[in-house]
Amino acid sequence: MSALITRPNIADPDGFYARLLATHKGLSEGQSHALNARLVLILANHIGEAAALEAAMVLARDGA
Amino acid sequence: MPYDYRPFDYVPPAGLREAEPRHPVVIVGAGPVGLAMAIELANHGVRAVVVDDNNVVSVGSRAICWSKRSLEILDRLGVGQPCVEKGVIWQVGRTYHREAEVFNFDLLPEDGHKMPAFVNLQQYWVEAFLVARAVELGVDLRWKNRVTGVVQGADHVALSIETPDGTYALQADYVVACDGARSPLRGMLGLEFEGELFEERFLIADIEMEADFPSERRFWFEPGFHAGQSALLHKQPDNIYRIDLQLGWDTDPEVERQPERILPRIERVVGHRDFSLDWTSIYTFQCRRMRSFVQDRVIFAGDSAHVVSPFGARGGNSGLQDVDALGWRLAAVLRGEAPAAALMAYDCERVHGADENLMNSSRSTRFMSPGAGVERLFRDAVLHLAGRADFARPMVNSGRLSKPCTYPLEAPDHPALPQAARPGSVAPDAPQGDGWLIDALGGRFVLVAFGEAPELPGLPVLRPQPNAAVIKRWLGSEVTALYLVRPDQVIAARWVSASAEEVAAALLAAQEGRT
Repeated sequence: MSALITRPNIADPDGFYARLLATHKGLSEGQSHALNARLVLILANHIGEAAALEAAMVLARDGA
Repeated sequence: MPYDYRPFDYVPPAGLREAEPRHPVVIVGAGPVGLAMAIELANHGVRAVVVDDNNVVSVGSRAICWSKRSLEILDRLGVGQPCVEKGVIWQVGRTYHREAEVFNFDLLPEDGHKMPAFVNLQQYWVEAFLVARAVELGVDLRWKNRVTGVVQGADHVALSIETPDGTYALQADYVVACDGARSPLRGMLGLEFEGELFEERFLIADIEMEADFPSERRFWFEPGFHAGQSALLHKQPDNIYRIDLQLGWDTDPEVERQPERILPRIERVVGHRDFSLDWTSIYTFQCRRMRSFVQDRVIFAGDSAHVVSPFGARGGNSGLQDVDALGWRLAAVLRGEAPAAALMAYDCERVHGADENLMNSSRSTRFMSPGAGVERLFRDAVLHLAGRADFARPMVNSGRLSKPCTYPLEAPDHPALPQAARPGSVAPDAPQGDGWLIDALGGRFVLVAFGEAPELPGLPVLRPQPNAAVIKRWLGSEVTALYLVRPDQVIAARWVSASAEEVAAALLAAQEGRT
């Protein structure tokens, strides 16, 4: 069982961030929320591990 | 053709003339659960009185999807064959988003079971078969007998009963309340449901038409014929189709139940007007249960104890599972063979079953009828992705159909034996020559043996033929096994080998409800 990776794991952080914004380009706020929801589901499935997903949800919820 | 409702005869009960002797059991409610309860008790040698405030079977189809486990129970009660012969057999469900199929399931992908995954059969047919069987067994059925009062005594329950000829009193050692979701008995005892009420309305309609829909469950999210809402279609016998249409919470039920509102809606579903309306109703979702199903000497079973939304076929089926878990125990208590405390095992097991049903039902309801905001956002995200990526398809939730739960027993287990046959599970069926293992188990405690079996007085030993299905479902990679199976065909304990003392201890624990 692999724990949630919280150390830097993306080779090109700036490039990824730019791609994320570009993916949303031209969408309304509602459409962006919908895209984000789909993205969460897609990435969650890719991760698959219940423990990693649980840790990710806890981290995301922290401070909300 | 529509069902031919024929009222059952009201006969003035003896209690109107003189006090009746105390009965072992009075069952309140002659729906599928109450009738099944009476037959199950009769099979265990207990003659029950059944009182019902009406004198006909269910008006409208109501519970229609009977699961494999329910069919096995109905079969043990003597009505399995007519139900399967009359019903529409199905096992595949298809879910659509707009026009595209986004998910399907096959509920019984393997052969070698006596009963199919599901049959669709209107509740009135099931009740009619059960009434005929109950009459055959000499069950004391009392139509037009309405309970108006209940008092719990130290060693009995006293009921006041109203008939067309006046009121009389009945006493019973135990009362089983099978009087439905709005249970008058629950109200009289001041007991309440706990849980969620969902703000959603559905229109339900039975229509009669000549059509060639396949024997499958079909569910649509946001279909073109019912914009923005959802719809469910089931095929029933006699050219009757069942349609459930989501209406939304802001609709007015009084307006929606008018035929001039219903007819165009149905027309959009089936594509023509060549049908007749047989029955309609409007319902809301509830996912609630009583805290405890055993209230001193009044025991609740079926909808009186727990209610769920209808999309998992978990209402009627869970009611029959209640009967399954209660009948043999109540009979044993009445015969003096088990302590009254054994009834608490019924409460524990069926509360567990109800909670599993409530959880599944609540999840389905949230998916079908999401709250505004994030619930809606993720629901729509799943539907959007389901047509594009396989992973999202199993998240599409149009109802997860009833399967018997595994009771949380603390009983001897051997983990190398197949997981599906672990203690607390319903014993898996398998072919046995021309017959079936489920029939051979019957309705008593039995020791199923592969290899050596200790001898215990009064405990019959069953030695199944070890064919491929039996080996897969009961032995796995082991060569010997012993299974103690309860009268409700639930596995009470299992070993690869055991002494007479070990088996006797497990038997006593199961009988006394200590597992």
